[in-house]
Amino acid sequence: MSGFIQFLTDRYDLVLRLLWEHSYISLIAVVAGFLIAVPLGILLTRTEKINTYVIGFVNILQTLPSLALLGLMIPLLGIGAVPAIVALFLYSLLPMLRNTYTGIREVDPALIEAARGMGMTSFQILWKIELPMAISIIMGGFRTATIYTISWATLAAVIGGGGLGYLVFTGLGLANDNMMITGALATAMLATIADLLTRNIQKMCTPKGLKIKRAD
Amino acid sequence: MISFHQVEKSIGNTSIIKKLDLEVKAGELFVLIGPSGCGKTTTMKMINRLIEPTSGKIEINGEDISQTNPVELRRNIGYVIQQIALFPHMTIGENVALVPNLKKQERARTENKVDELLDMVGLDPKVFKNRYPAELSGGQQQRVGVIRAMAADPPIILMDEPFSALDPISREQLQDEFVRLQKTINKTVVFVTHDMDEAIKIADRICLMNGGEVVQVDTPEQMLQHPANEFVVNFIGAKRLRKVKELHPNMPKKAATLPKWSIS
Repeated sequence: MSGFIQFLTDRYDLVLRLLWEHSYISLIAVVAGFLIAVPLGILLTRTEKINTYVIGFVNILQTLPSLALLGLMIPLLGIGAVPAIVALFLYSLLPMLRNTYTGIREVDPALIEAARGMGMTSFQILWKIELPMAISIIMGGFRTATIYTISWATLAAVIGGGGLGYLVFTGLGLANDNMMITGALATAMLATIADLLTRNIQKMCTPKGLKIKRAD
Repeated sequence: MISFHQVEKSIGNTSIIKKLDLEVKAGELFVLIGPSGCGKTTTMKMINRLIEPTSGKIEINGEDISQTNPVELRRNIGYVIQQIALFPHMTIGENVALVPNLKKQERARTENKVDELLDMVGLDPKVFKNRYPAELSGGQQQRVGVIRAMAADPPIILMDEPFSALDPISREQLQDEFVRLQKTINKTVVFVTHDMDEAIKIADRICLMNGGEVVQVDTPEQMLQHPANEFVVNFIGAKRLRKVKELHPNMPKKAATLPKWSIS
């Protein structure tokens, strides 16, 4: 225990730098993933014919072992933070894509029919009915993706992407338990904070009328 | 007001509506009734172009609706459905104001209209306007569903089994309220139901359909006293017809005696 505290006090600048790297690698990947996955998910609900192919493709991406995907990035993009971010971005797509698609598909068809019958355009139905109804599920996908990405980002160190994985892998190599534990704990802490934050974002995005439980 | 000319609808090889000719008069409460699959809902949904006919022409005030913009058309036709379908993420006030807002009506005018309509169905605007649908009972929700269709003052309102998902007591209440409301606002209403008691209670005229065709269009009294054929008699039910006979002992003999092919 004292060795661990000793390590932290000696190397706190390194730990903080890696923590920062880890955070921004994850954040860039997951935000980019969100910006692509949500519109793509919406698009899929409009084009029923291609959705099985697209979701199937993203599923395959997801089943590739993360280490292998990172390895594949080296011939394509070299080493460093950029290939790590690209790999993590690809991973983050599926949970958000799937949740956007399901969230919108599961909006009660009676609501859509009422909206259409009242003279809303397709865009108004999407913007004013489908998205508000599905936002909680969509943000649930964002939350899952964020937490996964933070844990996968540990592997970024393998291809020189930095982040807390550096402490874990270097610690392993040097048989330095304190270094390894620091990396592992810091990652867990980051993931927990991200969980709390994204949970609140999800709550904030959920329209008030949908939080009310039926009285009877 | 609304007229169907030789309207047909088929999906694939299945014919759903066969050569339909129909005339709904201005200000009347016109009930479409029939067994499930008879085409009553399809007929109604062709009026606001949620379903397009395969052939034939539908006119509103002499204007062929296939030439109109469907979005504009629908904003001028109220629409109430069985599932009520209030938007759960919007307050009652926002739900009722939806179509006026789509039509970009002046806010203050819309607000007044929303209050007036809520008052009309006995929901105090001060209490209910800022509540959410989940906080209301089924009967209250469908009251809102009905006034939502009236908010932009459309000359026509379409109602697709609006009261059939409610409990019997709320249903009775809403039917009574609706008849009263209809007398004051004087809209043309096309009302789909499968419940003959409801039809008799509220209709100015009833249109009984079967297999995509009109069997009989008449006032409730006429239909009860002079059912056109065996199908009408069976659909109305011998019990109701006997009740009519008891209520109207002076009815012409021909109608008072049940046709020999009726079930009793």
